[in-house]
Amino acid sequence: MNEAGSAELSIEALSGSPRRVRRERIISRAMFCTAFVSVVVSALIIYALFAEAWIFMRDVDWSATWGQIGWFPRRGIYDMPTLLVASLWTTAIAMVVAAPLGMGAAIYLSEYARPSHRAFFKPILEILAGIPSVVLGFFALLWLAPNVVAHIGGEGGRGSMLAAGIGVGILTIPLVASISEDAMAAVPKSLREASAGLGARRAVTTLRVVLPAAVSGLVASLIVAVSRALGETMVVFMAGGAADAAIKTYSPYDGSLTMPAAMASLASGTDQVVGEGLTFQSLFFVGLVLFMLTLGLNLIGDRFVARVREQY
Amino acid sequence: MALTTIGTAARQGATAFTRQRRDFAGGLFKAVILLSLIVSLAVLAVLIVDTVADGWAQLSTRAWDFLNGSLRSRSIDDKLGVKQGLYGSLWIGIIVAASAFPVGVGAAVYLEEYAPKSRWSSIIELVIRNLAGVPSVVYGLLGLFLFVERSTIFGFLGLGWLADATGGRSVLSAGLTLAVLVLPIVIITAQEAVRAVPTGLKEGAYGLGATKSEMVRTQILPYAAPGILTGTLLAMSRAIGEAAPLILVGAISGGLTRNPDVWDTSGLREKFTALPIIIVEWVSERGRDPGFATAAAAAIVVLLVLVLLMNMTAILLRNRFEKKRG
Amino acid sequence: MTTGHDTRLDSFNDTGLDPFNTKGGRPEDPDMTATDQRADEPVLDPAAREGAELPTERTVIFDVEELNVYYGDFRAVRDASLKVHKNEITAFIGPSGCGKTTLLRCFNRMNDLIETARVTGSLRYHGVDLYHPKVDSVEVRRQIGMVFQKPNPFPKSIWANVAYGPRVAGLAKKGPAMDDIVENSLRKAALWDEVKDRLDENALGLSGGQQQRLCIARAIATDPDVLLMDEPCSALDPIATTRIEELMHGLKDDYSIVIVTHNMQQAARVSDRTAFFSVEVNPESDTRTGILVEYDSTQKMFSNPADERTENYVTGRFG
Repeated sequence: MNEAGSAELSIEALSGSPRRVRRERIISRAMFCTAFVSVVVSALIIYALFAEAWIFMRDVDWSATWGQIGWFPRRGIYDMPTLLVASLWTTAIAMVVAAPLGMGAAIYLSEYARPSHRAFFKPILEILAGIPSVVLGFFALLWLAPNVVAHIGGEGGRGSMLAAGIGVGILTIPLVASISEDAMAAVPKSLREASAGLGARRAVTTLRVVLPAAVSGLVASLIVAVSRALGETMVVFMAGGAADAAIKTYSPYDGSLTMPAAMASLASGTDQVVGEGLTFQSLFFVGLVLFMLTLGLNLIGDRFVARVREQY
Repeated sequence: MALTTIGTAARQGATAFTRQRRDFAGGLFKAVILLSLIVSLAVLAVLIVDTVADGWAQLSTRAWDFLNGSLRSRSIDDKLGVKQGLYGSLWIGIIVAASAFPVGVGAAVYLEEYAPKSRWSSIIELVIRNLAGVPSVVYGLLGLFLFVERSTIFGFLGLGWLADATGGRSVLSAGLTLAVLVLPIVIITAQEAVRAVPTGLKEGAYGLGATKSEMVRTQILPYAAPGILTGTLLAMSRAIGEAAPLILVGAISGGLTRNPDVWDTSGLREKFTALPIIIVEWVSERGRDPGFATAAAAAIVVLLVLVLLMNMTAILLRNRFEKKRG
Repeated sequence: MTTGHDTRLDSFNDTGLDPFNTKGGRPEDPDMTATDQRADEPVLDPAAREGAELPTERTVIFDVEELNVYYGDFRAVRDASLKVHKNEITAFIGPSGCGKTTLLRCFNRMNDLIETARVTGSLRYHGVDLYHPKVDSVEVRRQIGMVFQKPNPFPKSIWANVAYGPRVAGLAKKGPAMDDIVENSLRKAALWDEVKDRLDENALGLSGGQQQRLCIARAIATDPDVLLMDEPCSALDPIATTRIEELMHGLKDDYSIVIVTHNMQQAARVSDRTAFFSVEVNPESDTRTGILVEYDSTQKMFSNPADERTENYVTGRFG
């Protein structure tokens, strides 16, 4: 090329080999397909939920879904308030446990811990995040119930919404901690230095400067944790104190079924999901309600996380 | 012990109060948040110690038999064990890695390097983020619908053959369901790893006339490999620990007649169980036969060893490379 | 004014390079000897340099006409027109944000990697419109090599770094043919003697200057026609900078070189022609657009620029 003294090149000399161009296009399409899988999966989830839940909504006697004595899907009684109350209780209890512990841990790791302490504590929190929920279910039923719940007014010998709620709370601590810590890490160092420069102590700086600046991230951590707690299945299924069916109750000391736990119990035990006519479809109806609730919460949580990113 | 600690703290607090009131408040604040961290970690310690103590009766006397045994109707049985569950869980891990890994990495590379930053790709990203937040039990419904039931509605979409291909309630169905479940995790961690590849390397490759796919193969993938591997390991450990979707796709806890060897692939399209399912089953059996509580604890120890080994490998791998690259 | 001239000359002489000996020895040029004599004189008389023009009959490599570069709605470069000639070193100088790097990155279509980037006007490479839809950017980059601001060797062996370009271009595979390419390229980049015994070692173990010379070797391994250099010395110490500048003098026999630099002395030392870019602030949008102020032989640009803005810049009054 260099020795060629002539000035003019033909456009073909710069067109590239058609084979290579075609190969690149094929690879690019294949990559797109892998990314598109997620969209297909989402569409299938929504389709599956709506398709079966629609049959339920069309055929069910709606009086069976409200004001009944409880959740007895195999007998055609689908009292939704039973599941909603149980979901609310376990989620609320979980948040009472996870919010202070998770945020406290995050504040310590972000604002106080020396690097060496951080390097020690952080992986342990991550390990806690990796504990399977069946393990927490076992722990809630066989350790938390007799050793904790029994001392705060409940019965130690069986599961309850209280035991399950504490178990779910422990499960969500790492989630709260990690999102909160990210939010605090996003607060610019200059803000802290400005506060310290004015003579504020670290606690004051943390409470008056860092936490207010990170507030959207902290809110996001709670919203995402609520969504996670609402969807948690195994802990409540194992330690929630109710098996195939649940009588409606407003007391957290009783056993009951949350939405996901009710789904698991419908599907387990027998080889097939059987029962009264719409039992199978009720599974999808509950799934749809749960999906909508968690999706809404996640979208809101996403907004708050995005706000943290925009701010700094 | 606890009382004396509080006493000392109070006394120190009192002296500090006289000197400098704010110091006391600051110290108290620090103590409270440190306490919350310690409580979280103490829970982990209690959980592990308590479980190991509960399962010790099985593990100390017949660990090998326990690993090789099968589901039994009574807890006092020489052949009681978790091999069927190990079979299911290991194959679920393999299927998840084999399917979620290529799709997830492909999607991550597409989103970071190929996708035009358009509305379209931001929709895909939003979809992935939201998929990551869908409760696992809902994925179970999808698996039930897609791979297990030959539902008429789904037959209408032309996907009824999936249930035939997977054999319905099988390890294959479970593995694919969980692969779908962990896919967003794989994509998001792989995206982070791909994003961390220095621009200089990418431009260097492009400047030398590399095509996009050559650049990805020679620069992005080698550089992002540790991060991608970390994400895949975390995803596998998550999949192995999941129980709810397995219940939905029909993992069974009794009546399994076979106890196949780990590499016997003929069991993949048959009825199956998995470690978490065995744990749930034995916990529920303990009312009838209290010995099953011990067996469940022992099975948890087996599960925890598997899951935590994977997690720790992933965390160590990541920390090591983070440090190396500053 | 005079002080500025003196300072400039001092730094010329420091390097031992003659800034105005720009024509690589073309005896038929009558101005040659005159220029050489004057270069050693401490006082510059701009008027005396007139007529010391470069020949214009040399082959034109890049012909830029009315080129505009946009990032989204923002115009980064406005109406640039210039010609880059064969076996010359062309320097782009100007303050930061003046669009010189942006223009350079059009020459091998690196701007394609920025999604919002858009080019209007004409950019011809040996007569071919580089932004013609049939032109493949990968093919362009195989013929037009680039060296970047920060040395960016791949985290691979020295050998693999140099072999990268030939391998993706399909010029050679592993073996003696590739070994030859690697050796020749490293020799041309004046790096062979330093690394010949450790070709298998990781390139990141080299010093910054060595890394940059490796990047030059890597770029010439594909036997390109043109080398684009985007502030190649800005991350290097003065000694490494000198070595790269010496290297560029040697390379221009084989390649045409376009270099972006914000170091005026460097442009004066190494280049045959210089383009000076400046910044135009758009008051209503508060954005900055780069404009090409003046383009001429380096010698003229630094001694007797036609535009006042160029003069202010090269004498250090602005920028």
